[in-house]
Amino acid sequence: MAARRIELMLCTGTGCVAGGAFRIKQALEEEIARHGLPDEVSLVATGCNGFCGQGPLLVALPEKIFYGWLKTEDIPFLVQEHFLKGRPVQKLMFTPPEKKEPIPLLGDIPFFNKQMLLVLRNKGLIDPEKIEDYLARDGYAALEKVLTSMSPEDVIEEITKSGLRGRGGAGFPTGVKWKVCRNELKTPKYVICNCDEGDPGAYMDRSVFESDPHAVIEGQTIAGYAIGAAHGYIYVRSEYPLAIKRMQIALDQAQEYGLLGENILGTGFSFDLEIREGSGAFVCGEETSLIHSIEGKSPEPRQRPPFPAQVGIWGCPTVINNVETLANVPIIVTRGAEWYSQIGTATSKGTKIFSLVGKINNTGLIEVPMGITLREIVYEIGGGIPGNKQFKAVQTGGPSGGCIPNSLIDLPIDYESLKEVGSMMGSGGMIVMDEDTCMVDVSKFFIQFTNDESCGKCTVCRDGSDALLEVLTRITEGQGMSGDMEFLEELGLAIKDGSMCGLGQTLPNPVLSTLKYFRDEYEAHITEKRCPAKVCKNLIAYWIDPQLCQACLICHRECPAESIYGEKQMVHVIDQNKCTKCGTCLDVCPPRFSAVKKLSGEPVPAVERGIKVERKKKPARPEQEKVQV
Amino acid sequence: MAKLTLDELRKKRAEAQKGIYLREGEFRGKIIVHMGTCGIAAGARGIVAAFLEELERSGTKDIMVTTSGCAGLCSKEPMATVEMLNTPPVKYGELTPDKARNIFKEHIVGGTAVAAYALGMGSERGA
Ligand SMILES: Cc1cc2nc3c(=O)[nH]c(=O)nc-3n(C[C@H](O)[C@H](O)[C@H](O)COP(=O)(O)O)c2cc1C
Repeated sequence: MAARRIELMLCTGTGCVAGGAFRIKQALEEEIARHGLPDEVSLVATGCNGFCGQGPLLVALPEKIFYGWLKTEDIPFLVQEHFLKGRPVQKLMFTPPEKKEPIPLLGDIPFFNKQMLLVLRNKGLIDPEKIEDYLARDGYAALEKVLTSMSPEDVIEEITKSGLRGRGGAGFPTGVKWKVCRNELKTPKYVICNCDEGDPGAYMDRSVFESDPHAVIEGQTIAGYAIGAAHGYIYVRSEYPLAIKRMQIALDQAQEYGLLGENILGTGFSFDLEIREGSGAFVCGEETSLIHSIEGKSPEPRQRPPFPAQVGIWGCPTVINNVETLANVPIIVTRGAEWYSQIGTATSKGTKIFSLVGKINNTGLIEVPMGITLREIVYEIGGGIPGNKQFKAVQTGGPSGGCIPNSLIDLPIDYESLKEVGSMMGSGGMIVMDEDTCMVDVSKFFIQFTNDESCGKCTVCRDGSDALLEVLTRITEGQGMSGDMEFLEELGLAIKDGSMCGLGQTLPNPVLSTLKYFRDEYEAHITEKRCPAKVCKNLIAYWIDPQLCQACLICHRECPAESIYGEKQMVHVIDQNKCTKCGTCLDVCPPRFSAVKKLSGEPVPAVERGIKVERKKKPARPEQEKVQV
Repeated sequence: MAKLTLDELRKKRAEAQKGIYLREGEFRGKIIVHMGTCGIAAGARGIVAAFLEELERSGTKDIMVTTSGCAGLCSKEPMATVEMLNTPPVKYGELTPDKARNIFKEHIVGGTAVAAYALGMGSERGA
């Protein structure tokens, strides 16, 4: 390939594509051609860069200048100024909220420089649709090493020594699982890659597929060699079209090069992979349901043991691993278990990918060493809470995880510590909540999800989640009764005990953890009929402060329920009987008046219609002008 | 294509590595071609092309070729600055593609600045 002076690594992960990355790509190609630069500047469409909140984005190499929030209109200027004339464009660089100076270099942006990239080592650095790019970054070197110099037992030993644990939720030691399967006498054996990823808000596995599919193929092939399998399945949810497309391209290339198929690299080892698309239900991610789903049966879990490693797909021994688990394997093999096991904590080795979302300045996908504290994630990588609001809690572990309160912000993150505080690692969703989040409402939201997704096979899970939801709904509607909290706790524990699969065993976690850490919020809802975060509609009221209202008529006009009385010069009044609590009045009231208030747990002060406004000291501007605010 | 043997895989990998050196981020030096409107008018694009050709021909991987704005000495364009690690930058003026090739051979590869085309050693720190 010819020498160039600039490479543009344009993110084309799902998030950026939704934001128009392919249109940006086209604009870049056109402008680069227009300036006669194709010999000097090349453009690479990469997988997810991770800083999704800034998308569409690109990184200009070799300097690694980061440009975000790109629009097609920006491209002609950007190409001419930077890529032709060498003057980086400040206004397209990343500027942290509340700062004035942009940070030009990717390596100087806190979101990136606190991360540790092992699984995502190639993210943003390769074209996921080109096997050559993967090869260039030492791709398939681990497979080569395994096939030429290690026995299957050596591989299992190495993975065991590395301390790698499953990233799909439960954290089971990967080497041990492989060994159990290897020791089964029955053949054939299978390896399944679990990319069902059903947690709302989680997209770690999708990103790995989209940015570095060969890393998963290489890891899965090594797993196949270790356990003695000749065939494997990649189970991916059908809602991930881009991930499926890139994985299929990668499989085709690997097969063409003979890195999959018969007699790989002439070593005598044969292994092949095929994609199976998931059937959409959350429970399909549970390993026994997943196996049923591939077998064409109804995706319901079954009792374990026997574990899939003993009796799995088609009744044969089967290793089932999460995407991220498998993507860890090549780097462990190339760099060695000893190196890997130095990263992380005593019981949790390596790194973990999290999707950082919610009330946080920098949303995106991050990979951090195990043992990092929540504080580092929220305040350094995440850049803190928008609008200087108070951090309240972070929800980890997906819909069946728990909420970790502000008081535990220095908690080092690993499998054990999360479990101890009533949450779990799960697949790595991390939802940040601020003072405006109602914890009762949050737990209702998650129970709604798991209640919907319960397959119905176990009575406690099916009917128990119905009952949890009913009580939580009552509490948020102001109908809570004494004894509700104790009931929730008792029922929660019973569901955990009486369910067969992980769904039921973990579904009460959001309720139990919020009852533990935010009990006062439940109490306020139940006894004072007050929602401290002012979220639950039945417990709040909107009210216009007669002393602040300047009769600008905006709320009167915008109210979709037509519930606001308003006339020129007259204090506006909300008719509480008509109000639907949509909050529009609060949103549209000009900040310089801030007359609309949210109340909870107190009587709404009555305001007569027909009171003249009290003008603020500064003479009010003419009516017409105010209207245009 | 035929299935790869181990040797062929290694060869493919080495070949592929040549294509991605800009991503590795280990650079020994930097050639900055000044690309203000004045520079472009005076032929700076041809200078960039000459440097890139030399880079490719020599298989050098740890030198970055970049561009920057006008250097403020429009009469001396096309101009380039060579910054090698741990040595003061050298500014060259009135370049031609042939002079650029010479600079590449003698300064970048050979390690000695070409005094004949040099305008000054050291770059003035901007206020
Ligand atoms: C309801 C439920 C949903 C699950 N969803 C997923 C999933 O989407 N992806 C995943 O890898 N594991 C999921 N799991 C965990 C799998 O059952 C299994 O433990 C995991 O794939 C094993 O891989 P690992 O050892 O590499 O973590 C789920 C479990 C339960 C109970």
